[in-house]
Formats: sequence, structure tokens, C-alpha cells
Amino acid sequence: MDYEEQDYSKQLDIKLWVKILGILKMFKNEIIMLAVMMAALAGTDAIFPVLSKLAIDEFALKGSLDGYPWFIAAYAATVIWQAGCILLFIRSAGRLESKMVYEIRRRGFTKLQDLSFSYYDKTPVGWIMSRMTSDAQRIGDVIAWGSIDLFWAVAIIILVAVIMFFLDWRLALCVLSVFPALAVVSVYFQRQILKSHRVVRKFNSKITGAYNEGINGARTTKTLVREDKNFDEFAELSYSMKTASVRAATVSAVYLPIVMSLGSIAVGAVLWAGGVLIGQNLITFGTYSVFIQYAVQIFDPIQSLARVFSEFQSAQAAGERTLALLDTQSDIEDAPEVVEIYGDSINPKPENWPAIQGEIVFKDVFFKYKTGEKVLENFNLTVKAGEKIALVGETGAGKSTIVNLLCRFYEPTSGQVLIDGTDYTKRSQIWLQSNLGYVLQSPHLFSGTIADNIRYAKLDATDEEVEQAAKTVRADEFINRLEKGYKTEVGEGGGRLSTGQRQLVSFARAIIANPRIFVLDEATSSIDTETERLIQQAVDAVLEGRTSFIVAHRLSTIRSCDRILVISDGKIVEAGSHRQLMRKRGEYFNLYSNQFKEDQRSRILGDLAKPVEQNA
Amino acid sequence: MLIFLSRSASRSLGAIKACWAFKGRKPGFSLQPTAFAKNAGAKGGKRLITLKRFIGFMEGKKKYFVGSIIMSSLAVLLSMVPPLIVKLVVDTILGKNPLEGPEALKRAIMGIGGIERLGEMLWICSLGILAATVLNGVCSFFKGRWTAQGAEDIAKRIKDDMYDRLQRMPYDYHVKAQTGDLIQRCTSDVETIRRFMASQMVEIFRILFIMVFSIIIMSSMSVKLTLVAVSLIPIVFAASLIVFKKVAKAFKETDEKEGELQTVLQENLSGVRVVKAFGRQAHEVLKFEEKNRDFRDLVIKLNNLMAWFWGLSDGICAMQIGAVLAVGVTLAISGEISLGTLMVFNTYTGMLIYPMRQLARIISELSRAGVSTVRVSEVLFAKLEEDMDGSEGVSLAGSIEFKNVDFWYDKGNPVLSGLSFKTEPGETIAILGGTGSGKSSLLHLLLRLYDLKSGEVFINGMELRTIKKKWLREKIGIVLQEPFLYSKTVMENIRMADSGASDGDIFESAKTACVHDVIKSFEKGYDTMVGEKGVTLSGGQKQRVAIARTLIKNSDILIFDDSLSAVDTETDSRIRAELRDRRKGVTTFIISQRITTLMEADRIFVMEKGKLSDSGTHEELIAREGLYSRIWSIQSMSGEDEKDLAEAL
Repeated sequence: MDYEEQDYSKQLDIKLWVKILGILKMFKNEIIMLAVMMAALAGTDAIFPVLSKLAIDEFALKGSLDGYPWFIAAYAATVIWQAGCILLFIRSAGRLESKMVYEIRRRGFTKLQDLSFSYYDKTPVGWIMSRMTSDAQRIGDVIAWGSIDLFWAVAIIILVAVIMFFLDWRLALCVLSVFPALAVVSVYFQRQILKSHRVVRKFNSKITGAYNEGINGARTTKTLVREDKNFDEFAELSYSMKTASVRAATVSAVYLPIVMSLGSIAVGAVLWAGGVLIGQNLITFGTYSVFIQYAVQIFDPIQSLARVFSEFQSAQAAGERTLALLDTQSDIEDAPEVVEIYGDSINPKPENWPAIQGEIVFKDVFFKYKTGEKVLENFNLTVKAGEKIALVGETGAGKSTIVNLLCRFYEPTSGQVLIDGTDYTKRSQIWLQSNLGYVLQSPHLFSGTIADNIRYAKLDATDEEVEQAAKTVRADEFINRLEKGYKTEVGEGGGRLSTGQRQLVSFARAIIANPRIFVLDEATSSIDTETERLIQQAVDAVLEGRTSFIVAHRLSTIRSCDRILVISDGKIVEAGSHRQLMRKRGEYFNLYSNQFKEDQRSRILGDLAKPVEQNA
Repeated sequence: MLIFLSRSASRSLGAIKACWAFKGRKPGFSLQPTAFAKNAGAKGGKRLITLKRFIGFMEGKKKYFVGSIIMSSLAVLLSMVPPLIVKLVVDTILGKNPLEGPEALKRAIMGIGGIERLGEMLWICSLGILAATVLNGVCSFFKGRWTAQGAEDIAKRIKDDMYDRLQRMPYDYHVKAQTGDLIQRCTSDVETIRRFMASQMVEIFRILFIMVFSIIIMSSMSVKLTLVAVSLIPIVFAASLIVFKKVAKAFKETDEKEGELQTVLQENLSGVRVVKAFGRQAHEVLKFEEKNRDFRDLVIKLNNLMAWFWGLSDGICAMQIGAVLAVGVTLAISGEISLGTLMVFNTYTGMLIYPMRQLARIISELSRAGVSTVRVSEVLFAKLEEDMDGSEGVSLAGSIEFKNVDFWYDKGNPVLSGLSFKTEPGETIAILGGTGSGKSSLLHLLLRLYDLKSGEVFINGMELRTIKKKWLREKIGIVLQEPFLYSKTVMENIRMADSGASDGDIFESAKTACVHDVIKSFEKGYDTMVGEKGVTLSGGQKQRVAIARTLIKNSDILIFDDSLSAVDTETDSRIRAELRDRRKGVTTFIISQRITTLMEADRIFVMEKGKLSDSGTHEELIAREGLYSRIWSIQSMSGEDEKDLAEAL
């Protein structure tokens, strides 16, 4: 998702930040602490020039060192106090930032566990990742460190103004006279700087994209002899990037000199007016030096303030998107009274769960996706406990939908799904899902060992149970051959195992909890014969004695099913056992014999892992 | 004078880290520097090479950097002026001390009418401060502008070179290339170099100038106080160097932890079905919680280290100023220095000590720029595909002859051995063969994507190696097995092969590839973007767009490398029929595993183990025992062959 390209010209939205702080109200005390600390720090920062005034007026000009040790002690104490403040504010701000980011991520993750599939259907994983990683970080960063600057800048401006008026109101006015111009210039430029950097980032991500394409498409480029033209296009892009970067640097390079020059007007004014005042003996040299120092430095807090505002503004989009994630409501929620009895996904109450026999009834089920696409109309199906059902048919026929409804990943738009005679919305999701055995054709494993992965479905399983499950699906053969056996790390997403091995582990995982209902949802058809052989054995072992649904592309895997349903346009067009349907020579027969031919041909040509896409 | 330090901007870990190039690196990418890069920091000789490479990058742009270094020195010099003007006012004008300073200044003041007169016109001094600051600003502006100009020019040149080189690498470089690592070299490594040139390099000089100028001016006023003013610099510098080195290591650690956190998140999101199907939400929350907490605690730990560092080093810096003030006051009382001098010292000490940490930080990061230089150079100096002079503009329409051709990717693993055949002009040749039979390699040789190891190939009577590669690829149209479409519109994708093609030509070839109607059915038709930002085309659609793209140019030879595999049989035969009508007289090679795709060819080659095991027409081949007839018998099984099928079941 290129969220970078969003429109940022919006004004600062205070309400949004108040709302975000509302969510993070647990940090209220820490933020107040920060404010106090920054005020204390601003105090020391404002006091140093006053200390040098003392040094000049009381000692250097008087020519006496009476009480000088006291002065040095006071100075040292101020330094230590300042250093302590700095240490503490960085500690606290860092802590606050980390804790906020942690909290946003924690809540986001918990929320994500609750959201239903309809959310995941329309939200790319990359989008969610960005919210949970960079956006969360950005919010923590801006709130913690932005408020530091804000508190400090406000405090120091007030303190310096007070001290100045206390010392001499005329010189104070000299210094303050440049304030409005400084503020205007700073706000304008900070905004320009942010904007110009955004342009740079945009081109930068385009350039990364261009490299990506250049590298992945290099072979095609060669065959098309497109090198020169591609290069020209790239050079155009890199030129835009260069221009934008130089522009961004130029904006920054203009900004600071202007601010400093404005500041020097104040210095000049103080020098002049102060000189006159000294000539009339109205102020001391020490006071003179205090004002000069203040005049030189005062542009800094104003600059900080301007930057803080534009940073809050630019982080606004991150805030909005993250709030949107945290505020999302799940489509499938258990009724409170259901949660009361059976618990929810985070706090299940398995002691109240009725045992499942495995009888499943789809009663007058209608279903359409959020996108409006109708999939099932008046779908009816009764499955006896222990029956093995296979669903076959073309992509988009509705096979996966039926299974998803069964698993309650979606709920029927109307109609009911009954399990053992009870509408499943009267029970909690976690109850059903804890009784499911579920295998995807492209198996998903988690980082960790093989044993961890098998144990996923039954966290308290003993090693014996894990091994038994593996043995049942004949995964033990390959596992025992591995150097570390069950303790082998599978890598990210299971990447260190072959597809077939991953599949077997996922089968072992599916049966370890001895589920009553079993679902095998084949997503694609790319699979090699070696894997197929292994999986066939596993499937047979797994289906034994369970109500099972198999969504199949590989028709050879379902021959032993009790009932095969051929689905087309959300309707059952043929049903029966393999033999019955073959004899019937209908849809199933065609599907089966075509696939058989493909397989034979591939076998001869040895091109076994080749994906065959149906119906391009 | 103390400098108010803006309190956060530079001190949050994020801000510090933004200067490390890690940030753009995604976990999962290889973070391993190559062996050369690893050693680059360690060995003197390698360092020298790295430095030479780095200077090589600046070729022709050095003037920008020389200019900005000069501007930087002027800016620093000008920034030293206002405190001196203050001194002049305090000591001479208001304090009535005799005028100190260079003759020119004295003469100038005499010119105005002497100190008395200047005292009446104090605004002249104010103007002096303003002028110095404005001039300082002008110099700073040019410094910033020129550094940016130079650094961005160089960055652009490196990026362009990288892109150009990558495209011109030999074909098999890209077969083996690790995309993630390459992209990192092109982006974050170039960025590290750019950043070094754009800020750090000139910044080093700026800080050195501050040191030199302020120490010179200060010691001209009081050597004793100057010694006090620099006494703590070594401590601040050394401590910063140590801390920043440590921080670099700690960032690596936090990056790893963050990577783990992201892995858990990523796996959870992509495995959401599994999580829900097993009702493992609570378990996942715990798992994430652990990583989330670990990461938080690690960051807090690192931040605490930084808190101590900033706190203590700020303390030391303030102490330095305090020491100057304390000693300065006693010197002022004893009359050794004037009040104005004390004020100048106070200011200069601040200007001098605070940037020391920055200097240490840049030095601690030098090795990073070195490693990046090496990594970038490795791409820039990699071997390119050579294209010797050869014939261009010749016609390739004619016979193609392979004579005893041998080819292998790895020695000892022959892919083609002693392959010989000859085609007639305009013939359509279909090739059937299993995985590793060498059928694709054979056609890759024709385009010289790879070079044959021994034997000869003649196209239209010309030895292959006498023809320029570019021309070969210009005149031989190939559709790869897994064609790549660019993230452009469908129209632009097809036009890629011939930028002069009219819309009509494009429709025409899309129709031939039987994809015109499909494209028309998209909401935006031919203006539909392909890929992430647009529609995701199915495998078959991609293949057909790629076919249309290849057809748009005027080829003498056409190659379809199993490029109809994802197209259904019916469309496949329609495409072939269209092709037959359109491409009369063009020698065509079709690789496929579908007999129906192959059978209508003029001749069919059967390839096994790098050799032509059989060839002939469909009728000839099915009449004899062999791979072709075996495949044919399966393919032609129909409902009537129920017995066979039943047996097979």
C-alpha cells in the first residue's frame, strides 16, 4: 500500500490527538511528569546566562572574590541539576515512547485476533503490517518526543520573557520584537521542509520499485532489447528524485540563515540599545551580556515549536489509520450471553463446552460476500456424523465458501448452520474452532520446531502424543531422518521444509487434538507425485471416524469419500460415491478423466511440479 | 554562551537511528556483507582501495565539495565575528579600553571618526553583527546547496550506473541473483554513500574549522584561558566515540528483536486461517506479547544508555563553560583579560565543545560508508554481458542449422550434447521434451542468452557469433515460460517490444493472442495497470499479453517457450490458428507438453537428455514407438476408452 502518497495538506487536527491520548490515558501521569521535568530543565537553561551576569557584575567588575566559592558551587549545582534533568527526561521520554508503541501494538494485535475473515479479505496484510509497525512507532515517537519539545519550548519562552522583563523591559521588547517574524518564517519553512521531504520519499519508493522491476524483469528486458529505453525511463525518475532532493536541501539551506538573520536583528538591537543604556548607567554589563545571550538563542525554541506542530500534522495520517484499525468492529461476534457461558477466544471456558458428535446441517443457507458477490442461494446439505464429504468443482463455484461457513469464518447471510442440531451462533466460535481439524493445501507453519507446530492444536500435548500424531500421518519417517528430529526449526513460514513435509506436519497438527470435524481445504493444485503419495496416506489416516469435508482439486485424493458433491454456481449438481459418479459419466467423470490424462503426461515428461492452471 | 539545544529532535533513538542505513533494510534480506566487504574495514590495503573507489564516485563533482568546504570555512569564520563585535563594544566603546585588533580595523574606525564617534553611532556595530550573520547565512546556504547538488548528482549517477549495469549483466546472473540483496545495494547502500557526502563529509570539515579558528582567536587573547577552554574536549570526544560504537551494535540487536516481532505478526496475519481454525487466538496473543515486551524492554535499555550519555556529556560541556567562566573571572579581576574577552571565551567555548559529540559520531560511522562503497562497487565492477561487433540489419529469415552443439551450465552436467538439426525457412517446429531435456536451453542459445560451448549454429547461413546480440534479440521474438509484465498499463506493456507501434497494431496483435476481449472487459480496458497497483492478471492472461507483446515486433523467428501452458486448450488452438494466418513465412518454435499444441507443426522434435531422440510429423511420430506416441495415447483417451481408464483407476 502506498500510504506515503496520501494527501497531507490537512490542518492540524487536535481532536484526533486528544482521541489518541484518550486511548493512551494510562500514560497521563507520565506525560505530566515529562512536562514538569522539561519546565525544570528550561529553568536551568534560562538561568545560565543569569549566572554569567552574576559572575560579571558581582565578581569581575567589582574586582573582589568574596563569596566566589559559593558562586562556583551554585554554578556546579546548576550543571548537575541540568545534567540530571536531561538524563531523566531522555529516560522518561524513551520509556514513554516504548510503552506507547507497545500498548498500541498489543491492542492492535488483540483486535486483529478478533476480526473476522471479511476484514482480512479486503485488507492486505502489508497494510496491517504498516499500521502495526511503522505507524505505531510514529505515534509513540511524535507524542513522546514531540511533547518534550513542546513543553520545553513553551517553558523556556515564558521563563526567558519573565526574566527579561524583570531585568529591563526596554531590552526585553527589543528581543521580543522579532518573535512574530520568527514564528511566521519558522512555521512556513517547517511545513515546506516536511512537504519537500515527502516528495523525496515518494520518488525514493518509486526508484526502489524500478530497481525491483529492473532486476526481476531483467531477463524479459533482454529478450525485448529494452535496455536503453528502460534506462531512459529510470534516468528520468532518478533525475526527478535528484531535483526533489536538491530542492528539499535548498529549502533547509535557506531556512536556517533566514532565522539566524532575524535573530541577529534582535542581537543588534540589544547591542545598540543596551550600549546606550549602559552609557546612561541604567543597566549593568552583566545584564547587557544576559540580553545578548538570550537574543542569540531565542530563535531556537520558536523553531522547535514550529517543527513540533508540523510533525504532529504529518503524523496525523498514521494516527488516523491506526485508530481505524483499533476501532474496527468484527463481523462475527458471539452474543454476550454466549460468551458468558462458553467464553471467548482470549478467555475460553472449555469446562462448559458440550461434546461434538459431528452431525452438520446447512439449512436454507444464503451467503454473499461483502463485495456483493452472491455465492450461495438456498443451500441445503445434511451430513451425518462421521461421514466423509468431498466438494469438487471449478474455481469460484463456492466450495471454499461452504467450508468457510462450516468453520464459521463467515456466517450465513440468512439461514442456519446446525451442528448436532444446534445453530452454531448459539455457541461460541472458540468452541467450534477448538473441535476442528483443519488443513490447507498450502500449509502454513509458524516459526519454531516441528514439535511446536504439531502441538499448536493441543498446547498441552506430551511428546508421546506429538510423536503419535506424526506417526499416524506417517510424518515420522521424514522427521526421524532430520538431524534434530522433532526439535528441527522449520524456519519462517516453515520455509526450511519442503511443501510436502510442511503438509504432513500440518496434518499431524490437525489430528493431535482428535477433532470431530475435519476440513481439508485445497487451495491450488500444484503438487508433485511424491508429495501426493505421502498425502494420500495421511488423508486416509486422518479421515478415519471423523466428519470430514475435503475441497479437492486432486481428485485422486477423494476416491474413498462417502459422498462427492460436484458444486457449480453454488449448487450441488451431482452427488454420489466415486463409482456412482464415474458410471454416471457426467461432470465428475469429465473432470476426473481430464485430470488423469494431465497426470499421466506429466509423469512421463517428468515435469511433475509444474503448476497447471485451470481455465485461464 | 550556552547554546540552547533543541531538546529532543536529535536525541530520540529514532532520530539517531534515522542516520543509520539499517532503517530501510527489511528483515529477511541478507544482511551479510560479502567477504570482501567484511574485511574492508580491517585491512589497510583494502581501505585504500575503498577510499579510491569512494573518491572515484566523486569524479567530476569534486568542485561542489571543494566549493562547499570553502563556504563552510567562511561561514565558520563569519560566525566568529559577532562575539568580537560585542567585545569591541564592551571593552573599547563602553569600557574605554584601548582598541585592540588588526591595523585595518583600527584604520577603519579612525575613518569613521574614531572610537568616540563610533560610540555615538552604536548602530554601526549592530549593522556589523547583522551583516556578519547575513553573510554567514549566504555562505551556509551555498555550502548546503552545493553539497546537496554534488551529493545528489553523484547519487543519481551511481543509481543510473547500477540500473544500467544490472540490465546488462549476463542472463544467468539474473537467474542466480538474490533480488533482495541487490536491491539493498542499489538503495540503502547508495543512500549511505549519499548521506555521507551530503552531510557528514562537509560536517567534519566544519567542525575542524570551528576548532582551528576558535582556538587561534582565543589563544591570541589568552593562552591560559584557551587551555582551560579545550581541557575537556578529549574526554567528550573519546566518550562519544565509545558510546556511538556501542550504540551501533545495540541497534543491530534491536533490529533483530524488531524482526522477530514482525515475523510473529506476519505469520499470524498470513496464517489467520490456521489461528482461527484451531482457536489459538489466546496463544498468539501471548506469543506476540512476549516479543512485543522483549522489544520494548530492549529499546528502553538502549535509551537508558543514551540518557546517561546525553546527561553526562551535556554536564561535561556545561562544566567546560563553567570552568572558563570561573577561571576567566579571576583572570579578569587580575586584569589579565578584559570583560569583553571573557564574554568572547564564554561564547566560543560553547561553539567548540558541543559539536565534538557529532564529530565522534561521524567518525564512528565512517566504516559504514566504507562497507557500502564496497558493496556498491561490487555491482558496478561486475562483469557485463559482452556484445562484440557483429552484423546488424541482416535478415534472419532463412534456415537454422545446429551442428554438433554442446552446452552445459555446470561442467560435467551436459545439457545439450552433439545436437544437430536443420530447419527449412518458414518452418514451424514443435518441441516435446521432459524437464532437463534441454529444450529451453536450445532456444536460449539461439538468442545468445547463453553461449554454446562447442559446435556451430547458422542462421540464414550466418554463423551465430558473427551476428550482434542486440540484432539477434531484435529479430527473434521469444515468449518466456514465465513472462514478466512491467507495472505499466496493458497498452504500454505490449508496446514495449516496439515503441513505434500504433494502437491499431496493438489491438491487432492482442487479437491474435486472443486477449483483446479480455482486456476490453477490464474497467479501464487497455489503460488498466498491470500488477500491484492494478489488476492481477491470471497466469494465462499474462502469457497472452506477453504473446501479444512479442508479436508486435517484426520478428524473423518466433519462439514460444511453453508459453501457452496456462492457457486452456481451446484458446491455445485459437491462438495457434491466428498465428498461422498472420505469421506466414516466419520460422516458429513451439515448446509444449500438450500434444494438441504440437501436432499441427510442420515437424516435431522430441528431445531427451540433450539430444534429439526423434523428429517427424505427427503422423510419423504416432506411428512409431517412443515418448511422443506414449503421450499421444494418453492424450487421445476419450470416453470410449473406458476400459483403459477404469484400469488406470
